[in-house]
Amino acid sequence: MQAADGETKSFSIKDCALVALATGKKSRMLQEFRSQLFSIDSASIYHHFWGGLLQPRFEEREYNNDFAAWIWHGIHDPVLAERLAALAPAGFPDLETLRREIIELIDTRMDEMEHLIWERATRQFEFICSQIVVFDTGKRLERPAELATSIADLTTSSIFYHFIDARRRTSDGRDDFSDWLAGFGNEFVTLQKQLAGVDPYFSSLSELRDELALLFASYFQASRQ
Amino acid sequence: MSMLEDYAQVTGGEVIAQLRQLARPLAGASVVHVNSTRIGGGVAEILTKLVPLMQELGIDTRWEVITGEGDFYECTKGMHNALQGNRIPLGDSLLRVYEETNSRNAETLRPALKDADFVFIHDPQPAGMLRDYPDRKGKWVWRCHIDASHPYRPVWKYLHQFVSPYDASIFSLAAFAQELPHPQYLIPPSIDPLSEKNAELDSTEIHDTARKYRIDPQRPVVVQISRFDRFKDPVGVIQAYQLAKQFVPALQLVLAGGGATDDPEGEAVLSEVQASARGDPDIHVLLLPPDAHREINALQRLAEIVLQKSIREGFGLTVTEAMWKGRPVIGGDTGGIRLQVINHHTGFLVNTPEGAALRIRYLLHQPEKIDEMGRKARLFVRDNFLITRHLREYLTLMVALRNGASDRIELT
Repeated sequence: MQAADGETKSFSIKDCALVALATGKKSRMLQEFRSQLFSIDSASIYHHFWGGLLQPRFEEREYNNDFAAWIWHGIHDPVLAERLAALAPAGFPDLETLRREIIELIDTRMDEMEHLIWERATRQFEFICSQIVVFDTGKRLERPAELATSIADLTTSSIFYHFIDARRRTSDGRDDFSDWLAGFGNEFVTLQKQLAGVDPYFSSLSELRDELALLFASYFQASRQ
Repeated sequence: MSMLEDYAQVTGGEVIAQLRQLARPLAGASVVHVNSTRIGGGVAEILTKLVPLMQELGIDTRWEVITGEGDFYECTKGMHNALQGNRIPLGDSLLRVYEETNSRNAETLRPALKDADFVFIHDPQPAGMLRDYPDRKGKWVWRCHIDASHPYRPVWKYLHQFVSPYDASIFSLAAFAQELPHPQYLIPPSIDPLSEKNAELDSTEIHDTARKYRIDPQRPVVVQISRFDRFKDPVGVIQAYQLAKQFVPALQLVLAGGGATDDPEGEAVLSEVQASARGDPDIHVLLLPPDAHREINALQRLAEIVLQKSIREGFGLTVTEAMWKGRPVIGGDTGGIRLQVINHHTGFLVNTPEGAALRIRYLLHQPEKIDEMGRKARLFVRDNFLITRHLREYLTLMVALRNGASDRIELT
């Protein structure tokens, strides 16, 4: 967020709303699921790992991605469910690499337990994708210290946009706050490191907001002392 | 105080601020919702509030209702049942009535629909009107509230010709979506926390309702609120109650339902239910008028546990209502009930009267579980199934339809 004249730009607080769409692709067997994963739009993979966080869902989820949940509730294979649940999408450079890893895990499991190829699921899996509408709230942060007081007032969808969705938009796959702080040179390197340590994958969006609010408040309080 | 400010008291101001921002690019747009009844059923209840809320956000919104004779409703009830999987074909004469009624209504509503920017057609009843608007100006969206996951194919094939030319459709769940040549949005319905059916009631009113229907508030009560419809399995509910009562002799059952003007089958099912309940004074079968919202509210609050043992269910707004009142729900493992009832958290999913009976006994023997699940159920509804979330998704869809098919739309 560096302006051409070297001045660091203010931080524009944006918000987003998401609406889900059916892709029309449904699976009732693991083999079918694997083939559809191969060709499904990457937007659907994004939705089933991340986008669903903005959709109606129970926060105390057993599995943090929809693929793992279906393998358990539909195919009833706890081994593959656990392996898929352990995938941390933020650790993959892009969705294609993540897609290849999911297929690799499924192939490995089908080699181990051949009967799974023919196992019929007790629930079908529906591949969903989503459209996201992003809008400007008109709010601006001029200085990083304002993060300490403003994060708690953001909507959970704004947190989603700036902390999760940003990883698809920024060149090095980081969140918008870190991206903005990088514009101030080395001044906030420690804070950027702390942000990199926040794993957004295992909390609800409201918990994530609380965690970020605490992190910024603690950092700026300590830096004042 | 405006309606939106009233909702802010329940949802928090940030939710309303977000709605205002999303509505800004739609200011002045004309929107018409069309369905087949103004009273009775979940669709009418949603539109009663959704329409004025859209108006308050600066969107010129109207609600129109089509009219028809008995044959028309017989046909559309058959379509409704066929979409839910009933393998009963519709005769040519009934289908002719369907088409003629749609054409007649299309003419009557032409001044409202022809130039509207967005037209939302709810369910199959008015779906046939689109073909009378080859010169339409706006986007037409078919909103299917029904569990159409396993439709009776000949009826779906017939309806498909009317539905496929729409610009988009909306289904409540991905499992209900069908092969259609346009975007299929997924939007679960919602409840209105401020309506008479869901607002807080004082204990006097709840006890007055109990007294009126001779229900003993000192003894455990289980309630199912729904239309008298075979897909809601009211007879299965009575069987579940009878099985549970062997272990909980004080148990009472309330089966309460309203009629809807577009449901000619209700009377027959009610007779079957009354026959099954005969001889047991602890079974209360109540046919309530369509405006008995406060009584329904009181009955749900009177219950320790709410049942919705449907065999097929579009979404199950009665489940949402019960959860909003902090009651755990024992629901059929089907349709939208699965989205709301999370086993061991907000209630239990069951497949048989035996399963429902077992869960009734379990909860009545663990009252602390009733409280814990009820608390979680209310929070879950607050965050996901209130009308403000529903409205947000409609606004998002309208913005998306105006801005093309891209998966990311940045408003400036």
